Amino acid sequence: MDNGFSSPRHDAFPAGLRVLVVDDDPTWLKILEKMLKKCSYEVTTCCLAINALNLLRERKDGYDIVISDVNMPDMDGFKLLEYVGLEMDLPVIMMSVDGETSRVMKGVQHGACDYLLKPIRMKELRNIWQHVFRKKIHEVREIENQEGFEGIHILRNASDLSDDGHSFSGEDLTSMRKRKDVDNKHDDKDFGDPSTKKARVVWSVDLHQKFVKAVNQIGFDKVGPKKILDMMNVPWLTRENVASHLQKYRLYLSRLQKENDQKTSLSEVKHSDLLSKDTAASFGLQNSINMHDAVVDSYRSFGGNLQRQNVETKSHRGDLKGIVSELKSETKRNLTCSIPDPLAIKGSQINFNNPFATLESKGNYAALDCTIPTPYCSEPPKIQLRQENKPLLQSENSFSQLPMHGALNQIQVEKRQSIPLVSSKSSITQRDNGGSIDIKPLYADDKTGYASGMSAVGTGVDTFSVQSKSHITDPQISGPISNTTLGMKSQGFNLGCLEDLEYCQRNILFGSEATSTPLDKDFQFCWLQGDFYNLNFGFQNIEMPEYCDPGVTAEVPIHSYDTLRFDYEYPHDTADYSVIDEGLFIA
Amino acid sequence: MDRNQSRWQVALMRQSLFDQGYLDEQFIQLEELQDDANPNFVEEIVTLHYRDSSRLISNIEQNLERNPLDFDKLDNIMHQFKGSSSSIGGKKVKAECTLFRDYCRAENGEGCMKTFQQLKKEYAALRKKLEAYFQLAKQAGPTETACRSK
Repeated sequence: MDNGFSSPRHDAFPAGLRVLVVDDDPTWLKILEKMLKKCSYEVTTCCLAINALNLLRERKDGYDIVISDVNMPDMDGFKLLEYVGLEMDLPVIMMSVDGETSRVMKGVQHGACDYLLKPIRMKELRNIWQHVFRKKIHEVREIENQEGFEGIHILRNASDLSDDGHSFSGEDLTSMRKRKDVDNKHDDKDFGDPSTKKARVVWSVDLHQKFVKAVNQIGFDKVGPKKILDMMNVPWLTRENVASHLQKYRLYLSRLQKENDQKTSLSEVKHSDLLSKDTAASFGLQNSINMHDAVVDSYRSFGGNLQRQNVETKSHRGDLKGIVSELKSETKRNLTCSIPDPLAIKGSQINFNNPFATLESKGNYAALDCTIPTPYCSEPPKIQLRQENKPLLQSENSFSQLPMHGALNQIQVEKRQSIPLVSSKSSITQRDNGGSIDIKPLYADDKTGYASGMSAVGTGVDTFSVQSKSHITDPQISGPISNTTLGMKSQGFNLGCLEDLEYCQRNILFGSEATSTPLDKDFQFCWLQGDFYNLNFGFQNIEMPEYCDPGVTAEVPIHSYDTLRFDYEYPHDTADYSVIDEGLFIA
Repeated sequence: MDRNQSRWQVALMRQSLFDQGYLDEQFIQLEELQDDANPNFVEEIVTLHYRDSSRLISNIEQNLERNPLDFDKLDNIMHQFKGSSSSIGGKKVKAECTLFRDYCRAENGEGCMKTFQQLKKEYAALRKKLEAYFQLAKQAGPTETACRSK
């Protein structure tokens, strides 16, 4: 075993590629070592999977790629593959003497970027650098998207601040931007820069719960990253990860607090953090949830913020899990979706407060934030949120699932929104916010998908879809939306995000022809009918993924009452936002 | 002259191993890996292989004495053994491994036993040939077979 800890050599790539080889067969280990050395790679060999994991954990940036045998005595190669992908996010190549299709398929399913058959030829090893390169490109793209997304966040946030949502002051923007930058920077740190591949921590539900438990045990006031880290006792987690996650968590809680305080505000349209946070997923959920409640309540209270509702119903305590489950249970989340009285609120925006949103989601789905413009108020319900822009969204899952279009009905159904998105809970593994859950899988794997144009939306969708996939059990719109989102995953568009997303996207992202009017109508419709949820839901979905940003559309409606302003410029076309932003508490 | 003859013999012997199906391209791969940094690479690998695989052979033998036979386990061990054999390019041995695994999956104990006997024969035969080969190569001259230096 030789070094493996040297820093990557960028100059002569792929020479100097740091490879970790894991194989219980000593003969093959030696052969591979020799072959890789001949390719001018830096090789480290390991005959036990557990040793390999330790090596990887000790030094997260120590290796560029892992080659592992499938059959090993101490640990199944597929398991190792999963660990590496999850914790370190390195490309993993599987090898075996067994080339049965089922095995190869299993390898790919578990995330292997290649599967080699023994005996391995040297020429096969020469090209493994492409997997490293590919991943790097994706990372860069993601980060870029993320940053691009910020702009949208700011926009949205800014609009949020304004009274009627029509105009935002420069100062607001700046301050928002500043805040966002800070947050983003923090997140960026976790991401690392493109050149150093840093493992992204995926704050799964379980992990987050551990985190919350630790925080509660220590006492929120006395909490500190180091203490939490020690208490959590998760070997591969770093203090950095925890610190970042803690910050998000704090923001989330403070947001909750704020929402509670604002209960009484009527047509206050809050620009939910959702926007900022890409936890679109959570967002979506919330929205749905909130919407649900919100609709009910706000209906009467007229524009009561959903948040309010949410706050009441669900007090999420920063517990991601709780949130998630809440969503599921339809507790209301602080979706800031305030369902403004259609009539009254012209500018009221539905804030989707995403409890999770506290994390500054980069990709905020601001789209979701799309506060459903109250403008609806006068319009007859037409919820056709689905703007024709559908094409934009073309994500695989295509919204078709999302009935948003004209799915008024759908929306209505959703009312309950038990957070289908949430259901994806299972998928919550991803880094994304806890709320949005499972965006990760989609995201993580599908980085490429995001990059594509729809990106913003798409990404959101992805997350969304992810979520929806898993659970969208609820018939509500969320369901459909989520589903779509899931599908979208790679598409980035997860149109599934719902029509809203689409809507948003269309309008925003693509500056496309999003016809604002339809949206208006839709919104109005929704609102009028109290289908608020639906709309929200859609938004939610949209929001969820960072994509929403493009879709910030949610915002759009709000602001431009008359014309849903869809001309948000969405510089980022990459849907990677959401991913980047990791949902709520992803550190 | 003597030297040349020796070298010639070595070359012949080597060729016959391929012709008779004892070795496949993997062996050539190993030879190509041999260079100044590892002048005896092929021999080292072969030695390593036999050391490791003999352990597996006895493991299989033990398991074949069980009653009833644990086919899954046998299959598993044989899978490892096959992987190891593939490392040096032992063609005939590998073929027996595959056959053995087929019998395991069919849960044919007798087939397994028979195949295993055959496998051991091939395994021993190849080992002997390779030993002779390396011996001759050393005699013929250090750089004879080695150094396809890259």
